[in-house]
Amino acid sequence: MTRVLELRGITKRFGAVTANEDVSLHLDQGEIVALLGENGAGKTTLMSILFGHYTADAGTVRVDGAELPPGRSRAAIQAGVGMVHQHFALAPNLSVLDNIVTGTEPLWRPVSRRSAARAKLAGLMDRFGLTVDPDALVADLSVGECQRVEILKALYNDARILILDEPTAVLTTQEAERLFATLREMTGQGLSLIFISHKLNEVMAAADRVVVLRGGRVVAERATEATSKDELAELMVGRRVERPRRPPATPGAVVLEARDLRLSGRGGASLNGVSFVLRSGETLGIIGVSGNGQTTLAGLVSGLHAPDSGALLVKGREITRHTVPDAIAAGIGRIPEDRHAEGTIGDLSLWENAVLERIWSPEFSRRGLVRRRAARAATAEIIKGYDVRGAGVDSRIRLLSGGNMQKLILGRALSADPDILVAAQPSRGLDEGAIAAVHARLLEARARGAGVLLISEDLDEVLALSDRVRAIVGGRLSPAIPSDDADARRLGLMMAGDWAEAGEDAHAV
Amino acid sequence: MSVIFDILAAVGLWEAVLRIATPLIFGTLGVLLCERVGVLNLGIEGIMTFGAMVGWLTVYSGGDLWTGMAAAALGGAAFGLLHAILTVPLGLSQHVTGLGITLFASSFAYYVFRLAVPVATSPPTVEPFRPLDVFGLADLPVVGPVLFGQTAPTYLALALVVVLAWVIYRTPLGLALRMAGENPHALDAQGVDPIRLRIWAIMAGSALMAMGGAFLTLAAFNSFFPTMVQGRGWICVALVVFASWRPGRALLGALLFAFFDAFQLRLQTVVDGVPYQLFLMAPYLLSILALIVMARRARVPQALMQPYRRGER
Amino acid sequence: MRFERRDRPSRALSVLAPLGAIMAALLVAGVLIATAGANPLTAYALILDGAFGSRLGFSETLTRTTPLILTGLAAAVAFRARVWNIGGEGQFYLGALAVAAIGMVPALAGLPAPLAILICAAAGAVAGMVLLLVPLGLRLRFGVDEVVTTLLLNFVAVLFVSLMIEGPMKDPLAFGWPQSVPIPDNAILPTLMDRTRLHAGLLIALALAVAVWWVQARSVFGLGARAAGLSPRAAAFAGVPLARTLLLVGCLSGGLAGLAGAVEVMGVKAYVTTDLSPNYGYSGIVIAMLANLNPLGVIAAALFSAVMFVGADSMSRALSIPSYIADVTVALSLLTMLVAIFLTQYRIRR
Repeated sequence: MTRVLELRGITKRFGAVTANEDVSLHLDQGEIVALLGENGAGKTTLMSILFGHYTADAGTVRVDGAELPPGRSRAAIQAGVGMVHQHFALAPNLSVLDNIVTGTEPLWRPVSRRSAARAKLAGLMDRFGLTVDPDALVADLSVGECQRVEILKALYNDARILILDEPTAVLTTQEAERLFATLREMTGQGLSLIFISHKLNEVMAAADRVVVLRGGRVVAERATEATSKDELAELMVGRRVERPRRPPATPGAVVLEARDLRLSGRGGASLNGVSFVLRSGETLGIIGVSGNGQTTLAGLVSGLHAPDSGALLVKGREITRHTVPDAIAAGIGRIPEDRHAEGTIGDLSLWENAVLERIWSPEFSRRGLVRRRAARAATAEIIKGYDVRGAGVDSRIRLLSGGNMQKLILGRALSADPDILVAAQPSRGLDEGAIAAVHARLLEARARGAGVLLISEDLDEVLALSDRVRAIVGGRLSPAIPSDDADARRLGLMMAGDWAEAGEDAHAV
Repeated sequence: MSVIFDILAAVGLWEAVLRIATPLIFGTLGVLLCERVGVLNLGIEGIMTFGAMVGWLTVYSGGDLWTGMAAAALGGAAFGLLHAILTVPLGLSQHVTGLGITLFASSFAYYVFRLAVPVATSPPTVEPFRPLDVFGLADLPVVGPVLFGQTAPTYLALALVVVLAWVIYRTPLGLALRMAGENPHALDAQGVDPIRLRIWAIMAGSALMAMGGAFLTLAAFNSFFPTMVQGRGWICVALVVFASWRPGRALLGALLFAFFDAFQLRLQTVVDGVPYQLFLMAPYLLSILALIVMARRARVPQALMQPYRRGER
Repeated sequence: MRFERRDRPSRALSVLAPLGAIMAALLVAGVLIATAGANPLTAYALILDGAFGSRLGFSETLTRTTPLILTGLAAAVAFRARVWNIGGEGQFYLGALAVAAIGMVPALAGLPAPLAILICAAAGAVAGMVLLLVPLGLRLRFGVDEVVTTLLLNFVAVLFVSLMIEGPMKDPLAFGWPQSVPIPDNAILPTLMDRTRLHAGLLIALALAVAVWWVQARSVFGLGARAAGLSPRAAAFAGVPLARTLLLVGCLSGGLAGLAGAVEVMGVKAYVTTDLSPNYGYSGIVIAMLANLNPLGVIAAALFSAVMFVGADSMSRALSIPSYIADVTVALSLLTMLVAIFLTQYRIRR
């Protein structure tokens, strides 16, 4: 087999932090290699070096045996390496064709050769079965289509080596299966692939070989047939981390009820009639592919916006004023889906972040003045009780790692003993240790009698934490199924909107 | 009413439209170019002032008129480079930096002007651009002076509208420029350095702004005096929003605006009892109105005012 | 070369930043002075001498500092909450005009002085507020960027002042000059030094700087405004009422700028002309940035600007260097300060 790509001895430091240390990795023609590692393991840095966005402190990159000049972003592309980004690198206001063609022609050419480009693109779509309307605006495409555009972009650049960063992060199970089938076909046509992932299932299913990255180093390399999920999990995390298990639920009275909630025109997806009940002491999981209304739903329950119609009842009383203070006063604790953009303000201190959402309570302010001592004390309590590490009460919250930031957010939401907890994507982007901690807290809140509304795109998480599961599709909720009866395939069908297929007993609960 | 018809019927009004529009065309094209790559350039007011001064000074000290235009463009590009360095690789606040550039460029222009002309009761003049006679058609009734009897920089400005529209919509460079303003990450992923592209575009845009300023001293008037730009730069910023970042519409906006300006200037002289200040306010209020009308409709470049740093999302 | 965010902004650098920025600006300005054929050091010595060397110079410097503190505060308060109020100049003029208008009400002359002063100051502040609430309202209602609208309104405001002082408010005793009727004596601020123009407005400005600092640092509103400025989305999630906070910030900022104009009329001129402000509003932006938006720092930054402006006037007479060098230096110090702030937050790596 011919070796198409080889990274040898890559080392990269940022100040005191070593992002990659002596990383070596190779890829043979027609192979699918998974690069497995937790968030912060150094996967992204490694790929940025390959693409010349960073210059490595040591080490070489070879494509087809020829060394790439470091720090030149076009070099890798010209050598036939293409990248499919997790956060799609697309311009929503431009057409598919524009997005694909940009940067592929000499900049000073007086006319862009569009018809030739169109023909080439049509050929590629045909060859790999990736169809998208070339004249559609990217803003109008579905997530799956955007990914196709990303792949086409790489192929258009004559890529023979494709790097896919977390390619299934935004796909349903079925879409992911289809994607891997396409990728398999590509290797059949001579392409070679690396995909970056932290999901063990898909690594085992799709890759020929796995390279495990931890703390910036390669800790293991295995052929997939010679390894197991358990082994990979342990290699990836470095120790055995057991996620907490969910004890049987003892649901009590209804604490939250949504009646035909509708809300449109809110930037994100709209809600088209959402109804559910949530009982004390249970967790209701809402699973779905991003962009189907979960952000809007979480925002609505969190008090960020009012519904156009329908009602939200907390312990039988209808919420009439949909504001954040009212939501908090009604006993709703909130974990936002984006902890950096929504959950915290990086340049404010830990204590300011911790008390801001309850600043109007007499505990933290009096006659319009902040009670700084009380606020600091309460924050110190959270830091201690929730094991927040990395910074003190007065440090800027920017200094915290994602996991510690999330612990602070959890502490902030739970310290008021809420009857309802809305947790949106609570473990997104966290490492295994932090995920376990977050899950333990969510189960603890449930055991204490809170009703937990868990909105997540992570199947494993929803299955592990929820008592009942609904899928959100196009702003509507599927009927609930008990999570003990759910599996990845069935949830995948539900997320695709195929509720009938997912099971006739779906309406039973 | 008949007063209004008289004004509208006068050739002088229509002749003035293109003349008044010219600095605005240069300016809006400049702003448009900067904003298309994602950078707000509030330095425009100062850059126009500086361009006006340098253009004038070059000609006053013996250079010919086109050398004056070129000197202005060069000076504008220099201030553009300063703005670009501060806002692109350093990613500083585009608002504040732009205002700083305006304050610096205009006070620097006044300083140099005062050095060159220490005391003068009336500002010294130069021989400005003469109206051309394009295709020998300037003598045609009405359309002659209006369309074919303008000064050369006016035709340059009109040509630049076409060139810029072509570049933006038809060339690989234009595609890259648009991508830099929509999603610099995407551009970088395609192997084009958005930082370098932004810097060059800002320099080019600033050169255009300065040429707009130079038009004031070398064609519209024939001398330089402080505060002569009078908010034209800010008006250009508003016009670009009005134009929804499209060159053709920018031309339209500038013409429309110039028409109202020319119209109110004439109305001022014939209408009695209305304070002239009300007429002078009109352009600014009109710009604000244009902003209100277009604010929600315009398709803003998605990465406008967002600094791009590799690895930071 | 690349830039890396510092985990903690360096304390030492934060303090040194304004000084370094001013040094850098003076260095560049020095080159310009040298190009004009004078010795920069002599020029700077003359500037300092002009600003501090005599009782009159010193009092003039402080007189000049007064409106600059207020416009500086106006910008600092607004920028903290990311309200881009570039309309300080217009708000200054409207504030001034409001005082002149109130001064024309005959009943004012009969009031006790403190009350007359209070009424005038309030009128000035309200006028400034109103002028800022218009663009702010447009931003909240229609999404119109307030930078351009506040800039454009500056021109409208000055034209409006011109209209009023050439029309209904024109002083018939001013030999035809366009200026407003002077305000009555009981609304004039007391002077602080005999035979100078230095007036009690300075004390008002200093007190307000401390008050604004305290509100920003200690109040719920101050915390909300900072949060809204740093991250509107996160602030909204935490329940900070964004529109209300921004409107309050607008009132405070516009009020301060309007008050600056009012105080200038009540303390210095007693009447309004269209050259009342040598760009006080725009200088306020520079001052706010030099102070790194800290209200107490505004005092020092305003003093620096005043020294440059007052000192440059006398220096330019002595050396025939255009006094515009002061504007150049102040504008440059804004740009160097931006870089200096950047360097406190980032380190440069190869």
